[in-house]
Amino acid sequence: MIRFEHVTKVFGSGKRVLDDVSYEVERGEIFTIVGPSGTGKSVSLKHMIRLLSPTSGRVWVGDDCVSEAEGRELSRIRSRFGYLFQSAALLAWMDVYDNVALPLREKTRLTEGEIEFKVRDALEKVGLGGEGASMPSDLSGGMQKRAGLARAIVTEPEIVLYDEPTSGLDPVTSRRIDELIADLSSRLGITSVVVTHDLHSALSISTRIAMLGGGKVLSIEPPSAFIHSTLPQARAFLEAQYITRRGAWEANRP
Amino acid sequence: MIVREPPVREPARSAVQRLGRRVFDILAEVGRAAMICVGAVAAMRFAFTKRARKDIVAQMHFCAVRSLPVVSVVAFFIGMILALQIGIELRVYNQEALTGSAVMASMLREMGPFMSGLVLAASVGAAMAAQVGTMMVNEEIAALEIMDIDPLRFLVMPRMAAMAVTVPMMSFYTCALGVLGGAVVSHTQLAVPWATYFQNAMDFASTKALWVGLFKAFLFGFIIVTVSCYEGFRTEHGAVGVGRATRQSVVTNFLLILIVGYFVTRLFY
Ligand SMILES: Nc1ncnc2c1ncn2[C@@H]1O[C@H](COP(=O)(O)OP(=O)(O)O)[C@@H](O)[C@H]1O
Ligand SMILES: [Mg+2]
Repeated sequence: MIRFEHVTKVFGSGKRVLDDVSYEVERGEIFTIVGPSGTGKSVSLKHMIRLLSPTSGRVWVGDDCVSEAEGRELSRIRSRFGYLFQSAALLAWMDVYDNVALPLREKTRLTEGEIEFKVRDALEKVGLGGEGASMPSDLSGGMQKRAGLARAIVTEPEIVLYDEPTSGLDPVTSRRIDELIADLSSRLGITSVVVTHDLHSALSISTRIAMLGGGKVLSIEPPSAFIHSTLPQARAFLEAQYITRRGAWEANRP
Repeated sequence: MIVREPPVREPARSAVQRLGRRVFDILAEVGRAAMICVGAVAAMRFAFTKRARKDIVAQMHFCAVRSLPVVSVVAFFIGMILALQIGIELRVYNQEALTGSAVMASMLREMGPFMSGLVLAASVGAAMAAQVGTMMVNEEIAALEIMDIDPLRFLVMPRMAAMAVTVPMMSFYTCALGVLGGAVVSHTQLAVPWATYFQNAMDFASTKALWVGLFKAFLFGFIIVTVSCYEGFRTEHGAVGVGRATRQSVVTNFLLILIVGYFVTRLFY
């Protein structure tokens, strides 16, 4: 569904963030990308919708080469995506309801009544049912994130890219968002790519987990194998969240 | 596409190459600003949709009503300064009765559009650059582009439509208030009777000067929005970048308003 072909990304400063990366996200998958901060997780997501272009290599979405598309072609490819920004990226002068309604109002011919139904539903799903009239600046970071998530899914896209959907959320809401992501993919067949630091959520909802480090994909494994990974970076990541080979959450506390 | 990456290049091998690139880059940036302006003008065919109408009215409120106090003060004092300056000179020849005509002539063609342009560039334009710059830094513009919502149509067009109407209005208002300010000074400092002042002023109020002034103001509206949004869209590096965009937009606007103002007068006189 989404295929990286020998993608290398070097920024203007000479910083090599992705170094000959190749992998493919299958249709309907929940593909999780983990790795330390600053290893190019957000950069990877941005390549999938052409907010960034590879220095060399190609990115494919289905049969479309997104890294070379322009104009209408690019708009068409992008319309298949929902994107949750790490910064939520809500428009500051609109309330939450209008932010979520924006893609429907601008890009569909739905009536205001139909839009309201969809927006309320999306807000309900992310647990912001009562916050429609709040301005983004009055919300906590986690709530902004959820509003951004509602905006990303309200158009019912084919593929959703989540940049740290649960960072800044309390554990209960985090699990709720996990369930939402899992539900969207199982019920509607949405392909999801999730960037996260939260291994509990990665292990419980992913079909595969990719470990990024030093500009390379160090491993791509299903959760059952990832938890037993012998890769030092992966072990460090797991152990930092008290997940041991014996299984998650088990007594390994200091 | 508004969201873009700076091209990665090998370091220049010679001074000539460096210079060549610099010239090329400047031309490219001018082209980009022109593209923003043309794109927003082209998007005005959507100016009558419900959302756009709402945005345009909101922007007009922001541009006109919110800057009314400062424009008023500036206009009144400009008129007073002009009257005092000219009146003192004219008094040497016992012609202070003509102050009204001189104030009217300079307000209509030059000072009206010029002062309202500068004030709006410094207030509305700076705010616009800061807002767009913040949206850029906060990835809001990227979010719009991903949703296939054209920022030129969505953000720039309502601002441009609003300013194209507001700046001429403000310019006319500035002229009127300036002439009034001049009257007060003429009366109190130069002992010119009200009636004489206004009689002279109206005698010298040429329709051509009025139209040239309004035309200038109309152009200034486009300039302010284009420059401010262009600088906003160019913002990177967080809060520092927003500060840079704001500052640069004011500087560029001031320069362009001066230069374009001069050439428009040249064109018609
Ligand atoms: N637009 C950009 N220009 C230059 N460098 C960038 C840009 N975007 C990201 N980077 C660099 O790429 C690296 C990876 O960034 P990112 O993908 O955001 O990290 P993370 O994995 O934490 O999401 C960082 O070192 C960052 O400085
Ligand atoms: Mg990131």
